Amino acid sequence: MWHILRQIARHGILTEPPPRIEDSGRAHIERIHSDLLEILGQALTIRAVDAGSCNGCELEIHALNNPYYNIEGLGIRFVASPRHADMLLVTGPVSRHMEEALKRAFDATPEPKLVVAVGDCGCDGGIFGESYASCGRVANVIPVDVVVPGCPPPPLDILRGILSAVRQRPEHRQGRAGR
Amino acid sequence: MAAPTPDPDLQPLSALALDLQLLPAPLPMWRGRVDPAQWLAAARTVAESGGRLISLWGVDRREAGGGMVACTAYGVLEGLVWLELPVGDVAAYPDLSGVFPSAARMQRAAADLSGLRADGQADTRAWLGHGLWAGGVPLQSGEIPVAATSGTLPADYRFVRVEGDGVHEIAVGPVHAGIIEPGHFRFSVVGEKVLRLEQHLGYTHKGIERRFTELAPRDAHRLAGRVSGDSTVAFAWAYCMALESAWHCNVPERALWLRALMLERERVANHLGDLGALGNDAALGFGLAQFSRLRENWQRLSGEAFGHRLMMDRVVPGGVAVDPSPDLQLRLIQQCDAVEGEVRTLRTVYDEHAGLQDRFLTTGRVSPELAAQLGLTGLAGRASAQAVDLRSDHVWSPYDQLDVKMATQRNGDVAARVAVRFDETLESLRLMRTLCASAPAGPTRVDVVATGVARAATLGIGWVEGWRGEVLVALEVSAEGRIVRCHCHDPSWQNWPVLEHAVMGNIVPDFPLINKSFNLSYSGHDL
Repeated sequence: MWHILRQIARHGILTEPPPRIEDSGRAHIERIHSDLLEILGQALTIRAVDAGSCNGCELEIHALNNPYYNIEGLGIRFVASPRHADMLLVTGPVSRHMEEALKRAFDATPEPKLVVAVGDCGCDGGIFGESYASCGRVANVIPVDVVVPGCPPPPLDILRGILSAVRQRPEHRQGRAGR
Repeated sequence: MAAPTPDPDLQPLSALALDLQLLPAPLPMWRGRVDPAQWLAAARTVAESGGRLISLWGVDRREAGGGMVACTAYGVLEGLVWLELPVGDVAAYPDLSGVFPSAARMQRAAADLSGLRADGQADTRAWLGHGLWAGGVPLQSGEIPVAATSGTLPADYRFVRVEGDGVHEIAVGPVHAGIIEPGHFRFSVVGEKVLRLEQHLGYTHKGIERRFTELAPRDAHRLAGRVSGDSTVAFAWAYCMALESAWHCNVPERALWLRALMLERERVANHLGDLGALGNDAALGFGLAQFSRLRENWQRLSGEAFGHRLMMDRVVPGGVAVDPSPDLQLRLIQQCDAVEGEVRTLRTVYDEHAGLQDRFLTTGRVSPELAAQLGLTGLAGRASAQAVDLRSDHVWSPYDQLDVKMATQRNGDVAARVAVRFDETLESLRLMRTLCASAPAGPTRVDVVATGVARAATLGIGWVEGWRGEVLVALEVSAEGRIVRCHCHDPSWQNWPVLEHAVMGNIVPDFPLINKSFNLSYSGHDL
């Protein structure tokens, strides 16, 4: 126990400020954050769905949970069921074998819902493209709100994508969400 | 790279009198053609001499004027033996799963992707195919299969039913509760105890091996680097080794040192991530916070030094794409020093934490005997006393100058796989300090061209010890410079079936911990 406490004390809090979308920085983020709270209540819950990726994007999504990005501190949490989620974070070209599973995860997510496609493959099929086994980009299978290019995109880009999806929501999805 | 001098006395499987040809590659690798009797005899000889099946796959050379062949790669004392068996129009070959249990799934995959049938195999269920494409065989020349229309459901998979009083099934996946790759697990349990686990994989199959045939050989390292994102350096190096071997290209020495530096950085990045996740799965969130902090520092410096946090596309045909500045090399060394101290501290915490050790010890045990029988390989194999590590068994440059100490354990439980990760991390940190400090000066890349072998079909094989175990890339390029076949093999093929055994008799809540201690690839397996 002594070792654990000493280790914790020695490193302190490493969490960095959330990404600046523009130079105006903090104010901007705070507005996004308040948007997020206003629209979704207390927090944002995300269900990550790997629809056929190489696992590269998953490594960078995992990194969002490390102490530097500390996304739980922003009120963003990964959940185990699409039924508990406000957002699906989808990676990979959608493999033909995952097409049905992805659709079902989407259908199980309650409205209003957001979909962010992460990585070059999710944006346009990437190097795998479309084939007998790959449906290509995520938007070929379910509606997508925001895409985050990169192979894989670094954690900050993924976080930016998540935040911008939340921000564009009111005007973008007004009709569908019935607000 | 100059071919090692062939020595007939050192030729593997000499009792079989096969006509084996030494390949011009940095590791000792032979290739030969066999008939059906020799195919089986070779398998038995390899098994009896303590060798292992590395991979099995099919190739269609009909478009290039050849025929259909079945291929195997064996790991033996002397090195690697790549055998091919012409299968003719019947497209059948003798089943090897009686000799090597790990062959069973590879043979089922070869049936799905290449249309080759293993004569006598009991389990003929499709493996990578889920009944969602038709009109062709993916890796045969001729008709390209077409995906079933949207809304078509996958074919039923006949899971083995466990009967008995109180037995029930838990079905998990393909979408897993976490940030994990997709796959399906079917547990048969009584109360909390797992009687049997059956896996169904193939969900991330995205036609990688077909896609290879559409890419130019000089560009396809990018696809190899995305077979499994966590092993991008290992697969890219194996692909480049195969191409450089096929085209008789000599890679500058400095490039080889930088490749090894990146391979070891990839190993440490994955080990740090796993050590944190393993602590977390045993309810020590402190471990995840600390190790994920180290991993983030590690990836950030990889990004600075090599221009990519995972070092994708940095190993390229003919060498490497980046050469870190002397200043960055110094920082890489300093980071090794800093991380070593931290890892030693955290190892003490893990070792002395009673709750953690209670979860780790005796959980998910694979005995050395079972490991040998089933062909457990790589990191998990070394935790069950299977002492194989290419970096010390068949040293190639620069590992021939580093004297790698292999890490092994005998207990085969989660604790042993954790211990191997700690030992390998510390050893890799030592290697990287040497790799940074003693790398020879010089160019880091040469042009890869089919000189001297132009207008002839060529083959090459790449064999690299990735963090999970040995990865293999077997490449065939036509006389016109087109990829005829590129087979990628991840050690997860061998280890997934062993995981089914490792969880037997354990409680359901220990499955995530056991699974994580293997940390096998889905994408690298499903292709």
